[in-house]
Amino acid sequence: MSITRTSAVPNSTGEPAVVRWLLTGIALTFIFLFLIIPVAAVFAEAFARGFAGYVKALKDPLAVSAIKLTLLTAGIAVPLNMLFGVAAAWAIAKFEFPGKNILVSLIDLPFAVSPVIAGLIFVLLYGTYGLLGPWLVKHDIKIIFAVPGIAIATIFVTFPFVARELIPLMQLQANDEEEAATTLGARGWQTFFRITLPNIKWGILYGVILCNARAMGEFGAVSVVSGHIRGQTNTMPLHIEILYNEYNFTAAFAVASLLLMLSLITITLKSLLERRIHQGRYSR
Amino acid sequence: MVRQIIISLFIMAVISGPAVPASAADITLLNVSYDPTRELYQDFNAAFAKYWQSKKGAKVTINQSHGGSGKQARAVIDGLEADVVTLALAYDIDAIQKSNLIAENWHKRLPHNSSPYTSTIVFLVRKGNPKGIMDWNDLIRPGISVITPNPKTSGGARWNYLAAWGYILKQKGGDERQATEFITRLYKNVPVLDSGARGSTITFMERGIGDVLLAWENEALLAIKETGKGNFKIVAPSISILAEPPVAVVDKIVDKRGTRAVAQAYLDYLYTTEGQEIAARNYYRPRMESMAKKYAKQFPKLKLFTIDEVFGGWQKAQKTHFSDGGIFDRIYQPGK
Repeated sequence: MSITRTSAVPNSTGEPAVVRWLLTGIALTFIFLFLIIPVAAVFAEAFARGFAGYVKALKDPLAVSAIKLTLLTAGIAVPLNMLFGVAAAWAIAKFEFPGKNILVSLIDLPFAVSPVIAGLIFVLLYGTYGLLGPWLVKHDIKIIFAVPGIAIATIFVTFPFVARELIPLMQLQANDEEEAATTLGARGWQTFFRITLPNIKWGILYGVILCNARAMGEFGAVSVVSGHIRGQTNTMPLHIEILYNEYNFTAAFAVASLLLMLSLITITLKSLLERRIHQGRYSR
Repeated sequence: MVRQIIISLFIMAVISGPAVPASAADITLLNVSYDPTRELYQDFNAAFAKYWQSKKGAKVTINQSHGGSGKQARAVIDGLEADVVTLALAYDIDAIQKSNLIAENWHKRLPHNSSPYTSTIVFLVRKGNPKGIMDWNDLIRPGISVITPNPKTSGGARWNYLAAWGYILKQKGGDERQATEFITRLYKNVPVLDSGARGSTITFMERGIGDVLLAWENEALLAIKETGKGNFKIVAPSISILAEPPVAVVDKIVDKRGTRAVAQAYLDYLYTTEGQEIAARNYYRPRMESMAKKYAKQFPKLKLFTIDEVFGGWQKAQKTHFSDGGIFDRIYQPGK
């Protein structure tokens, strides 16, 4: 049976059916055990006390302030990293300059550094006994254990997403169109807005979505610089941990389910975009 | 398209607005506390705000931050602007004092060494006490799994350790050598060290690891209340340590923020009848005689010794047992 099928439709791997079924089965079992059941469990626990309990948990003032802070943090970190990402990718893909390789490596640094260390870096820098501490204390500027510190830590952690997404894309597109525009008399900014930007808009969006997902979900770095003041410096992930530690499982999972829904929306958008990007590439 | 995204992100940021809505006229205090006091201060803050409103006609909002006691002290030293600290042990407030944020005589500024309530260390065992754990010497039996947090980061864990050590010294002919041997065997039975008391409670109760949890008495009583009676049982050992969690106004911060009067009143209020009753209702042992009598029934009866009496104070205990290269470092090898 399997032999006839193989000969009729030659399959690229040439593995027997048993192996194929086994591999598929293992993959599906893993997906079920490690992805689907846990996600379902979060929602099951979130609704353990009914829909009213779910809504009540999300309407709690502390939960609301955590949600607001998370949105605010993402609202600061994502646009800034988008600007940086476009600038960096543009510079790296379209120009030659000394130190380019170092810049490319440095952009990846936040991916390589553990978030806890990322947080501690800012305590070392902005803490009372940190490098800039005495100056900040003198001028009564609060960075860590306040919203600016959380934003800075989030920016650091989500730094590479947009740039990393754009660099290969822009390198792939080469400079032909920009050169053509320049020959036709376009100035630098004109070239950028008319040629470069339209070419990379889907890539930017893709990077922004990933950046946003991480910005909202970041725990480690934010935990170090937050100070955990309820209603003030607790983001959603930190709030979830606190609720869990207070035996308040329903509320913890209600907030968790909200964060999870944001992630699900993110991956849906992401896969839609992926299709769009591929179509764009091939239609050109 | 891209511009729209930028605009919508900015709108989002503006709408969500500042996360701190308090108007300038309102007074806010920040109480930086340790792990198991969440429920206590939730009640107490509401009561104090009411009291302050009726007395001064001013609104006061108290913000809370909780975490391992040592970690919290570290955050205050690094710049977390606490008006008051309510930590698990005096050593952690001493650490803040050493960075000149608190006056040197802080522990004499309020009655009872600045500890408005006390607690002790008890055992929490599973339903029916299947391993028959009755006292400290049962903990070192082979095959008993003991859950306690890491004394390096957790205040509660340090009280646990010192309670076990004191138990041996209080036995007839008990000496340091025997205590070292006892504590070595005890920590051989510890499968995992969480970083804080609440983490250990969750490990024991939710993850189902271990035969016995060494816990704050208040934490154990609360845990039983939260998870329903019957699944767990408190066992009071023959003798334990009198844990005195201290409180202090952070002088440098209140002077800078102009909140000294209200911060002082906040801590004083802990010593009033109402404050003591809230502490007792949250399973802390009140200092006030009348309240202690009223709530005597909810606390197990056991002999208690103080840290000054057995260890000569926190500075000495910390140096001997928990500093780098101290006895704990020598006796504890992870994973063995």
